Amino acid sequence: MKRRGMQHSLAAHSAPSIEKIERRLFLRQGLSLGALALLSGCELTEDESVQKVLWAMSRWNDRAQAALFDPEKLAPEYPESAITRPFPFNAYYGEDEVRMVDAASYRLELSGLIRDAKPWTLPELYALPQTSQVTRHICVEGWSAIGKWSGVRFRVFLERIGADLAAKYVGFKCADDYYTSIDMATALHPQTLLTFRFADQILPPKYGFPMKLRMPTKLGFKNPKHIMAMFVTNTYPGGYWEDQGYNWFSGS
Amino acid sequence: MATETTAEIAASDKILVHPLLVRVTHWINVLAMLMMVFSGWRIYNASPLFAFKFPGSLTLGGWLGGALQWHFAAMWLLALNGLVYVSYGIASGRFRRRLFPLTPRAVFNDVFDAFRGKLAHDDLSVYNAAQRAAYVAVILCGIVLVFSGLAIWKPVQLQELTALFGGYEGARLVHFIAMALLMLLVAVHIAMVILVPRSFPIMITGRTRRSL
Repeated sequence: MKRRGMQHSLAAHSAPSIEKIERRLFLRQGLSLGALALLSGCELTEDESVQKVLWAMSRWNDRAQAALFDPEKLAPEYPESAITRPFPFNAYYGEDEVRMVDAASYRLELSGLIRDAKPWTLPELYALPQTSQVTRHICVEGWSAIGKWSGVRFRVFLERIGADLAAKYVGFKCADDYYTSIDMATALHPQTLLTFRFADQILPPKYGFPMKLRMPTKLGFKNPKHIMAMFVTNTYPGGYWEDQGYNWFSGS
Repeated sequence: MATETTAEIAASDKILVHPLLVRVTHWINVLAMLMMVFSGWRIYNASPLFAFKFPGSLTLGGWLGGALQWHFAAMWLLALNGLVYVSYGIASGRFRRRLFPLTPRAVFNDVFDAFRGKLAHDDLSVYNAAQRAAYVAVILCGIVLVFSGLAIWKPVQLQELTALFGGYEGARLVHFIAMALLMLLVAVHIAMVILVPRSFPIMITGRTRRSL
């Protein structure tokens, strides 16, 4: 009813003034809509129901990425001349807080759905068949860098310890209190390496001594460093960043 | 409802400029683009390509993880809505009728006229060459944004696509440039709607008078 009344009175005006009023109304509406969108951007994200939708979409994206993951598809490999030097340091803490792990007393602890869960010393791990890769590390922040990592194919290691390869997850606990977990399909990928060397040198502390799981098919934060313990499970283990909102699968 | 009634009464002297599907996908696209752009700026800020950052107040998500959640949720809405719109535009012949023919000379002339304020907007159901060029560019930007986005998201699984953009870093650059170009076109689009306000209600009701 109101609208019709307004249209009626507007009709009495000349065309240019109608346009002017329309323009003013439109400007005001446009501005308030824009202000609403901008002002509430932060509150919108914190809203409980919005959070529910965003987390549900992230779980959906886990499934979409698992479906898209081709266990045969290899990440591009690069010549050694393409290696980024110096390779960037990255962690949830500063470089001055890098954890030192004692090589002599180190034991890799195994648990969960593993047949032979005896702990492994470093010389035992170094004696496993070694392979190298020069691949691109892509950070969740957007930057990327090419590095060279060497170690044992993770599939070979999982088979050696009698891990249940039909289980859903492999979880990792690290010396820097970092933790993460991956899907079994990625764990068995031919380029997923349990690495002990970076650029042909024993992994320096800042790159994750004594070992880093290297997966060129996942974002950087999914590649745990300073691994102290690993376990095979069917219960979703989450992760340090994943529990805060980074997508769990985070495949490349 | 009042508009519907008015439209029905005056149906004979009104013409349909934008069919319902175009109007619905247009407004869904506005929503999806707002979410994609503002969350995208927050993601950009985590590792800027250039020597500037977007003001935090203009971003969505609060932190990188939140922005990524928004971006990877809204991308489905943007891509599916875009797919519906483009499929319809091609299948219905709307793109062919409304956006073509498109010659560089006509675009140049119309842009020149527009700057002299001499471009006519009498019939809003027929796009001038400058509009045609802008709308084609917007659609192309959208397509490039979706594919370069896929190339950044899946540089291993979709590595052939990523290679088309010159690799992972190339795809990031293309994604940014396409966003910047799209924002420029959106700014021009909004400015033109403000200059020709009659065009705004048509994107809601779909109809306009036959002639003025």
